[in-house]
Amino acid sequence: MHSSATLLIEVGGILLALALLGRAGRRVGLSPIPLYLLAGLAFGHGGLVPLSASEGFIEVGAEIGVVLLLVTLGLEYSASELVTNVRAAAPAGLVDALLNAIPGAVLALVLGWGPVGAVALAGVTWVSSSGVIAKTLADLGRLGNRETPTVLSVLVIEDLAMALYLPILTALLAGLGFAKGSVVLGIALATVAIVLVLALRFGNWITKLVSADDAEALLLGVLGLTLLVAGIASELQVSAAVGAFLVGIALSGEVAHSATALLSPLRDLFAAVFFVFFGLSTAPETIPPVLLPALGLAAVTMGTKVLTGMYAAKRAGIGSKGRLRAGLALMPRGEFSIVIAGLAVAAGVDAQLGALATAYVLITVVTGPLLARLSDLDRSKRPKRPTTGLFAKRQPDARPAGSTAPTPTPATEGI
Amino acid sequence: MSARVEQRALPGIGVCQDVVTRKGRRIGVLTHRDGHRELVVYDVDDPDAASDTIPLNSDEANALAELLGAPQLVRHLAELQQQVVGVLTEQLPILDGSRFAGRALGDTQARTRTGASIVAVLRQGEVIASPGPSFVFNPGDMMVVVGTREGIDGVAGILRGEED
Repeated sequence: MHSSATLLIEVGGILLALALLGRAGRRVGLSPIPLYLLAGLAFGHGGLVPLSASEGFIEVGAEIGVVLLLVTLGLEYSASELVTNVRAAAPAGLVDALLNAIPGAVLALVLGWGPVGAVALAGVTWVSSSGVIAKTLADLGRLGNRETPTVLSVLVIEDLAMALYLPILTALLAGLGFAKGSVVLGIALATVAIVLVLALRFGNWITKLVSADDAEALLLGVLGLTLLVAGIASELQVSAAVGAFLVGIALSGEVAHSATALLSPLRDLFAAVFFVFFGLSTAPETIPPVLLPALGLAAVTMGTKVLTGMYAAKRAGIGSKGRLRAGLALMPRGEFSIVIAGLAVAAGVDAQLGALATAYVLITVVTGPLLARLSDLDRSKRPKRPTTGLFAKRQPDARPAGSTAPTPTPATEGI
Repeated sequence: MSARVEQRALPGIGVCQDVVTRKGRRIGVLTHRDGHRELVVYDVDDPDAASDTIPLNSDEANALAELLGAPQLVRHLAELQQQVVGVLTEQLPILDGSRFAGRALGDTQARTRTGASIVAVLRQGEVIASPGPSFVFNPGDMMVVVGTREGIDGVAGILRGEED
């Protein structure tokens, strides 16, 4: 009885602390991700408040958090949307991968973390945060901008590339030899391909399977299917995250819409637990030694992201200001970088990688959205026009009183 | 004549459509997945950037669309009637015992045989615009037929089963 009381007190305390942090962060326009990471660093071993009873719960919760992050990400896209985007934005996606993965890989090799560490850190620096970027674009009123589709296309390609990258990383991390590794990898890639084809061809059928008119049955159906597929994918070394992402892709239409609404609160809860868990598993004293490399890496890869965005926007025929906006928007790294680092650390790659990834994500996710606003500065300095002057003091989120329109829902709001 | 609408898919968010006016201003509508819309006004100096975004709920969007669209439609119809002298619009019913009740529009071969077109069908207070050849008539439907006097009379004849 006693330990269950402690569990409730600890979990309750953590969630309450997160709520207060999140609110404070939103007030200054900060994504909650860095705050949750910091909270994780503050709790647990070597932190301010040691935890005892809730560690097991948080560990399982973190696992569920990753699965929910990925399934809701998958729900945002339809399979045909993915195919169209890959065709249109493949060159930009390739430039994105090369420019941003290489600096991470090089640094990992320099620090002596070996080839597997290099692949992991390459992933950490490669993937932008869809959640943070979509939220920033909505906050800055840029969803209508002509360069925004190019920014989103890069994110879509990254998300899809993760479906290939994560199984590769998982196979590498499992430390399998070349022969066995290629077999496992072959199985993994074949599974991903089969599920993608199934999603493209029979998505409607899969959607019907879980289709239900009442919310409870739909919630349990989608959650059950997702956890089941994620578990099986994990068993096949494909990584649970990819399994969940593919389930999200396969569901479409009204089911996807309702499922997103039902799963989002759960996602917000467990994703917060996931970020706390990652912070928990990083000892705070390991951060200062990696701070300098993290800063350098952040500076370099934020620069390469700007180049990526500028290249992608240029291909789409966007003017020079729009190109800069696209580049600056892509800088924040977030949930995926932490997922990758989490996998790597759990598999026993140098623990410093976790500390470096934490510092790196903290830097990019805080400075990225701030720097994205840079490209608006020249506009506010211009002499005011009647059209903008009336609304000059408007906050990005403010809407006229009495308006019943819902706020824009970015891809993963709240994360 | 008609303005060019540019459409951009926003994966995960929705779709944005915009129009560039004769004077070079860009104005657009952003439709989110959940159906709510935003009116987007683009910057004069930087036509890639939205200088203002106005969220609209469905009532507001409908009101705005009516303000912009309805007078246009009325004028367009009036122009059509003036322009094309000798072309008439008439409504012809599908009666209860009609040989075409329950059969497809294509079966009438109205356009091939008379030159007149069935441009819409009125059914229980609803307008079904541009019905295709596979459209099946119900008894009580009202066809809107456009054509010359002879053409429309021809269609009426087909309906009565005179020309066969």
